[in-house]
Amino acid sequence: MAADVILDVQELRAYYRILKGDVKAVDGVTFQVVRGEILGIAGESGCGKSTLAHTLMLRKPPLTHISGKAVFLGQDIMAMGKEAFRKRRLQDISIIPQYALDALSPTKTIGTFFADLVREHGLPADSAFFERVRERLRFVNLDPEVLDKYPIELSGGMKQRVIMVISTILNPALVIADEITSALDVSSQRFAASLLVELRDKGIIGSAMFITHDLAILYQIADRLLIMYGGHVVETGPVETIVHGPRHPYTQALLSSLPKVGVQIKDQRLEGIKGTPPELLNIGPGCRFRARCPYRTQRCEETPATENISPEHSIACWNYRDIGGEQVG
Amino acid sequence: MVDRKQEPILRVENLTKVFSSGVFFRQFTEAVREVSFEMYPGTIMSLIGESGSGKTTIGRMVLKLLRPTAGKIYFQEQDIATLRGKAELREYYRRVQGVFQDPFSSFNPLFRVDRVFDMVYDVFLPDVKDREERTREVLRKVNLNPERVLHQFPHQLSGGQLQRLLIARALLLDVKVLIADELISMLDASTRMGILNLLADICQSTGMSVLFITHDLALGYYISDYTMIMHRGRLVEQGATAEVYHNPIHPYTRMLFRSVPDIGHRWDPKEKFVPEQVSREIAEFYASNSGRGFAQVSSSHKVLMSLD
Repeated sequence: MAADVILDVQELRAYYRILKGDVKAVDGVTFQVVRGEILGIAGESGCGKSTLAHTLMLRKPPLTHISGKAVFLGQDIMAMGKEAFRKRRLQDISIIPQYALDALSPTKTIGTFFADLVREHGLPADSAFFERVRERLRFVNLDPEVLDKYPIELSGGMKQRVIMVISTILNPALVIADEITSALDVSSQRFAASLLVELRDKGIIGSAMFITHDLAILYQIADRLLIMYGGHVVETGPVETIVHGPRHPYTQALLSSLPKVGVQIKDQRLEGIKGTPPELLNIGPGCRFRARCPYRTQRCEETPATENISPEHSIACWNYRDIGGEQVG
Repeated sequence: MVDRKQEPILRVENLTKVFSSGVFFRQFTEAVREVSFEMYPGTIMSLIGESGSGKTTIGRMVLKLLRPTAGKIYFQEQDIATLRGKAELREYYRRVQGVFQDPFSSFNPLFRVDRVFDMVYDVFLPDVKDREERTREVLRKVNLNPERVLHQFPHQLSGGQLQRLLIARALLLDVKVLIADELISMLDASTRMGILNLLADICQSTGMSVLFITHDLALGYYISDYTMIMHRGRLVEQGATAEVYHNPIHPYTRMLFRSVPDIGHRWDPKEKFVPEQVSREIAEFYASNSGRGFAQVSSSHKVLMSLD
């Protein structure tokens, strides 16, 4: 397994350093991405999932790397200089950003945008390159004529596909997809999410980290899930294990609050989680979920250690043995 | 369930809205085309569609924020286009209110919460003496602690709290019809259900009706008695929620259900799913059912079978 790990993140901490103190958005995150897998990263807004992506890809002040490593293909990308990492970006590791729909320049045609981008990375925008672009566009069911169009002429779903083609054009080993389906209609959501799986299956991209708040989408496409809460990773494991046998109180509460087609209020009343997520500014130690957790004990004042329940399934909770598994779905 | 014995509180007949744009080359967009439905007291109707389907435009016309190009809207059997003067409009807005997607833009950022409620009293309920008492009562009904929210500015409250405040405002007015446009789309999964349950409880106890505009099929199923599906400005399918969900007939509705991500049920990986192909399916469907129009397929289920 060790040889197949392409990204190994150990105790990564990245805080937003602002005048009032530190917003601890990524606080001791440890996980691996294995070659060929789609790792789903789920959590509510403010849990640090997008910050995690930005920490790995592009740190801009006030986001600051505090400690921890992220070893990507044998090299710690946290220790890399800006220019050195710039060479890897797009070619080896690539991000499909949130709000990708606004990522295109309104005054440039899609073709110009493609050309500018590869030139920025020191590669020729020649006919061989554009042949490849056209092939990819056809693959995502877009007419290659979109290259002559302006972003305003495309629908949201089409723009998202263009962005996915751009981000994966150099066959990166790892793609970080940050909420790429969130602004889309359900039909385009299915297309975009399935497309990522297809790109992986065809070997165009190596692995992917799929960040979203929508567990239902992750269930469709991810191999493993990583659940974040308040800057901590609370539970990791294969999709089926997490969805059908969650052990962390937060994962359990989150899953049981999700509506499913077939569940009506008059038959089954779903409850949300009481309270609100913690303020991460200058937050101290301890389990971040403890204020909302029905099982909290004195021990939760200490930050829980991550334990393996099974080789694949790990959890950060002091009391999981007393809680038991809840069958959901 | 929809109680047919009752009179509809809101009736919409052949509602059409055409937007025109451009100065020299006028372009016309038919945002809503000949939409008809009825809402009954105490029921929740969801209006489901993708972006650009016209669902928000319908909500805005009911709220008199837009003037329909054609068609009529009746509230308690009165045509709302005939409302004249401030007094009549104020009476209408006492009974029909909207709550929108972004709670942060629904509040004036410079006003504390108590002032928001004061304005409601000033405009709609000038005769009420025990303002403070009443406000506290409705806040408790939406599970907010009056002490904690009343003297706060909007930015000091969470999205869920703000949406609850808007619902509390509607409760204060004793609203009969609430247009909830993507009410919980910006909220997190863990806070959503609390708001939805609250809405359902209020409908049950006060007889308020809700037009629940959403793009989320699972949420629509969870909360609504009655479901309407919109596609490109037309109502393509409507009926009792269970019937529409378990026996969808229009190709567009079927495509929606095929693409909805559902936990515990995976998409068919072998199916080559392309959203664009639904246009062809719809054209074929209309052609093969030519002449049937908007047809009743069961006592509580109607489908647009063809355009003629």
